Amino acid sequence: MHITSPAFKDNARAALDDDALQRALGNVRSGFIGKRAKAAAALPEFEQLRDAARDIKDHVLAHLDLYLEAYADKVEASGGHVHWAQDAEDARRIILGICEAKKARTVTKGKSMITEEIGLNAFLEEHAVTPVETDLGEYIIQLRGEHPSHIIAPAVHVNKDQVEEDFRRVHTHLDPARNLEEPTTLLSEARAVLRDKYFQADIGITGANFLVAETGSSIIVTNEGNGDLTQILPKTHIVVASVEKVVPTLEDMSQILRVLARSATGQDMSVYTTLSTGPKRPEDPDGPEDYHVVLLDNGRSAMLGSEFQEMLRCIRCGACMNHCPVYHAVGGHAYGWVYPGPMGAVLTPSLIGVDQAGHLPNASTFCGRCESVCPMRIPLPKMMRHWREREFSRNLNPAAARYGLGLWAFFAKRPAVYHAAMRLAIGTLSRLGRRSGRFASLPFAGGWTRFRDLPAPQGATFQAQWAKKRKSA
Amino acid sequence: MSDARSAILARMRASLGQRAEDAARRAAVADRLQRAPRGIVPQRGQLDPAARTELFCKMAEAVQASVARVASAAAVPGEVSAYLKTHNLPARVRMGADARLAAMPWAGEPHLEIASGRAEGSDLATVSHAIGGVAETGTLVLTAGSDNPTTLNFLPEHHIAVVRESDLVGDYESIWDRLRQIHGKGVMPRTVNMITGPSRSADIEQTLLLGAHGPRALHIIVVAD
Ligand code: SF4
Repeated sequence: MHITSPAFKDNARAALDDDALQRALGNVRSGFIGKRAKAAAALPEFEQLRDAARDIKDHVLAHLDLYLEAYADKVEASGGHVHWAQDAEDARRIILGICEAKKARTVTKGKSMITEEIGLNAFLEEHAVTPVETDLGEYIIQLRGEHPSHIIAPAVHVNKDQVEEDFRRVHTHLDPARNLEEPTTLLSEARAVLRDKYFQADIGITGANFLVAETGSSIIVTNEGNGDLTQILPKTHIVVASVEKVVPTLEDMSQILRVLARSATGQDMSVYTTLSTGPKRPEDPDGPEDYHVVLLDNGRSAMLGSEFQEMLRCIRCGACMNHCPVYHAVGGHAYGWVYPGPMGAVLTPSLIGVDQAGHLPNASTFCGRCESVCPMRIPLPKMMRHWREREFSRNLNPAAARYGLGLWAFFAKRPAVYHAAMRLAIGTLSRLGRRSGRFASLPFAGGWTRFRDLPAPQGATFQAQWAKKRKSA
Repeated sequence: MSDARSAILARMRASLGQRAEDAARRAAVADRLQRAPRGIVPQRGQLDPAARTELFCKMAEAVQASVARVASAAAVPGEVSAYLKTHNLPARVRMGADARLAAMPWAGEPHLEIASGRAEGSDLATVSHAIGGVAETGTLVLTAGSDNPTTLNFLPEHHIAVVRESDLVGDYESIWDRLRQIHGKGVMPRTVNMITGPSRSADIEQTLLLGAHGPRALHIIVVAD
């Protein structure tokens, strides 16, 4: 996938000007937050479970090499194959190798962020294998030639009328006069079109929410059932998962399951949680004959032991972006790569380099809502700050920011000069903004005032008010 | 490729500042895998059998499943027929070779046609037998095999699942205990399905719609025993 993270600022500006996108983002703002809050409040043990989930992943990360060995042994003992991929290119080559060995022409796909990360679809197409996304949201954006804008609601940036247009454009075998007003008719149409694809596919590819070391099982968590049809109907099932997905036991998985859906969609439990272990057994009338797992590192082993290790606890629930004012304003595509929102702002620089993604850790108001809802208690703001420090020490900040900080340093070291300058500035601004109490535009501050007003300062400086209060007390 | 495997594992050990042969780390991992500690189990499902059944039914209905409680296994075929009738479905179901289902008096429903084996894309209704249900979230648990082929759970429009009241448990952990009893520690059936309500999607403007790719309807028959 073409990386546009370096152009975050331009992307964000375009997103703010995009009316259809702004309409669609209203669904994020209104939907997810209340549902999560309600589900969390309904389970008295929720906060304790967050602690438990965090501790399990910390334990796994400290022993990641050993749990992966244990997991791989179990997969092989149950008749599956494990492939180790150091980077995206390795993973693509391994998957294509399996496709070629099976002479596969089409593969169905369950929703998988890792296959986005490795750019699998474009690569398969280049090699004459047709990938078909089966998750409704993923299917919609595949038709549109786009990438997901959200990790659990990939098409959240698309409105219903746009889906209708796409279906009419692509499903040309259907009656052009059919009525597609209702979302249910759109869903039924996708269901019917994709039904055939499941049966035609030579290989099914899914991601994994968990890999269980105790049993060698891969677990997918979905609501639609598409992931299950993808993995049980074709002759071959390929699981693509990053190394940190491993958990020790079924009990550990259950702890994390209890916070996953509640944090993501506000469900107590997603509809389908499926554990797959090896290929089908002799007595099984259905299921794949071949079962492969591709374990992807792609930079994660280097995050261990670093100040970004805790990011590897992430279970991709999406709560951080659902609660992020920056994500609410600009949507997921502005972040320019696979992972948007606060988790993307931390993870993307780790995976593709801070020189490509240096703007992302700055796309934060440091309001802390992401950390307060993250089921795995990942200190996202702290880690964004780490990136900012690294960026600054490597001189990657734009000249304006460095100049601004230099100016601030000058004043900070000279309090008397600072006070005088503040008194002057505040006096001027409050005289100018006296009427409405805010500015709709200000010279040199167009970047701010274009999408929001700047409140005019009221009264004296903070320090003057403080001094006055103390005197009167 | 084993080269990639050693390279990845070596990089992890280097990042963690650990050596492969560290006995204490190996022991910690072996111990956790062996003991499988339970962690926090919600109080919600820790109830006496009658209240647990109530909770299971309530939670399943809250996620749009329908639930029928019958007095005995003998009443299941009648309930299946009645369900098909109320939903204007043809009197035809598909089911696997499950012995508990086979022992039920299907002959008492002479109009009901029963196909056997794995599901086909055209099946409107299927019947399968769950190994248990979890009251905590109204979740059914089904395992693969010739008894209950996995496709029965996903391909039809209407999935009818039978579960014995005595197989309802409070929490997921009790299901893992039972699986270990049946299959042995660390061994799993090919597929374990935890199913909580019928299929759904909210991918179009975050509006919840039932029946995305899996069944549009899930009907649970709870059998008293
Ligand atoms: S960082 Fe936390 S909130 Fe965000 S997706 Fe990951 S687990 Fe969820």
